[in-house]
Amino acid sequence: MSTVILPRAEAQTKESLRRLRVAAKALSRPVKFMEVCGTHTMSAFRCGLHSLMPRNVTLLSGPGCPVCVTSQGDIDQLIELARDRAVTLCTYGDMLRVVGSEGSLEQCRAEGADVRVVYSSLDAVKLAAENPRREVVFAAVGFETTTPASAAAVIEANRLGLENFSILSTHKLIIPAMRALLESGDVQVDGFLCPGHVAVIIGAAVFEPIVQEYHRPCVIAGFEGPQIAAALARLTELVVEGRAALENLYSQAVTEEGNRAAQAIIEEVFMPADWQWRGLGKLKCSGLALRFAYARYDARTRFALGAPTGRETPGCRCGDVITGRATPIDCKLFATACTPVRALGPCMVSSEGTCQAWFKYHHLRTPKKVRAGSL
Amino acid sequence: MCLAVPARLIDCRGTKATADLHGNRVEISTVLIPPCKPGDWVLLHAGFAIQTLDEQEAQETWAIIKDLPKTGGKP
Repeated sequence: MSTVILPRAEAQTKESLRRLRVAAKALSRPVKFMEVCGTHTMSAFRCGLHSLMPRNVTLLSGPGCPVCVTSQGDIDQLIELARDRAVTLCTYGDMLRVVGSEGSLEQCRAEGADVRVVYSSLDAVKLAAENPRREVVFAAVGFETTTPASAAAVIEANRLGLENFSILSTHKLIIPAMRALLESGDVQVDGFLCPGHVAVIIGAAVFEPIVQEYHRPCVIAGFEGPQIAAALARLTELVVEGRAALENLYSQAVTEEGNRAAQAIIEEVFMPADWQWRGLGKLKCSGLALRFAYARYDARTRFALGAPTGRETPGCRCGDVITGRATPIDCKLFATACTPVRALGPCMVSSEGTCQAWFKYHHLRTPKKVRAGSL
Repeated sequence: MCLAVPARLIDCRGTKATADLHGNRVEISTVLIPPCKPGDWVLLHAGFAIQTLDEQEAQETWAIIKDLPKTGGKP
């Protein structure tokens, strides 16, 4: 099968890059597009797309990596829970090495805390059912793609009548972050490469206000190199045409209205809340907290956690990196004190973080004169 | 974290199913998608099927993912 598919994918990529170059020549000024999904970040770097792009078209990484946008205070609360000897803390693997004000979940585990990596939120529910004497807390992190899984876990725990299961929700919504970036005015964003799998859940139409109110083209794309290249070509063409439009290049998975069952389950369990973001501050209705009907599954209430505070790592510029205000090489810690082996900031810890992507695929190939400035 | 990959269902039991993930068999939840049957392709994220897929599209995605190590990346 792949003997047929791969040459076709290669031909599609070449054609998209050709269209991108043609459109870029017609641009009256350099343009910057932003992707807002950690999977897009990693995929674009891994397939070397940045090195193939015209000099006047830049792809920035925005606040799309859930680990990276989680505030230091929320990470500290997870660590506080993990240190409670009565608690078994379940988390997706991405969060394990993120450094809070004092240590990481991985360090807590080394010191004897019961921290488990789970593949699915339902694994945490199963663990709670099998261990009624343990307090099982699930670290509910992520954007709209991951939220239905957390909602399903809460509903399942409720169905089973579990008294020892709770979640610490730091779930976030992508649209408020895109709005905040555009309204801040300090980052040039000429269009968005919209996250395909978030769009599978929320639907393509949800991005329409970004087009209508802020006049920025939005193109929804999948995660393989050919799909990202096609989206960048289309975004550049839309800028040349002077058209702000929403286009869906991932129609095999993304529909206009999204996944209604997933939306319903989110709506049942969660309600919008004002949430703190790394790099963006507190944004109105940008996160999801448990509804009152499910408040007993809220770990913040159950364990009487105080308001999150959190102390940033001195010198770390992750907040600027995830909002496009700086690139990793603008950070003095990048590739010196902060490396994937000993990461200080979440963007280097996360396998989808911008700093880790630059470290693995980009910075050593970047000419020195470019490395001294920004992209 | 929002990574999702195509998987083929080999056994469906209510809102649970066993899926073939390119040789690995995993237990998944199908609570978020319409009723499905063995042989259907789904988009799988963190143990949940979040969308049904056309077989040809699923095969194309797998072909590109499989090819990544040859080009220096990791799958």
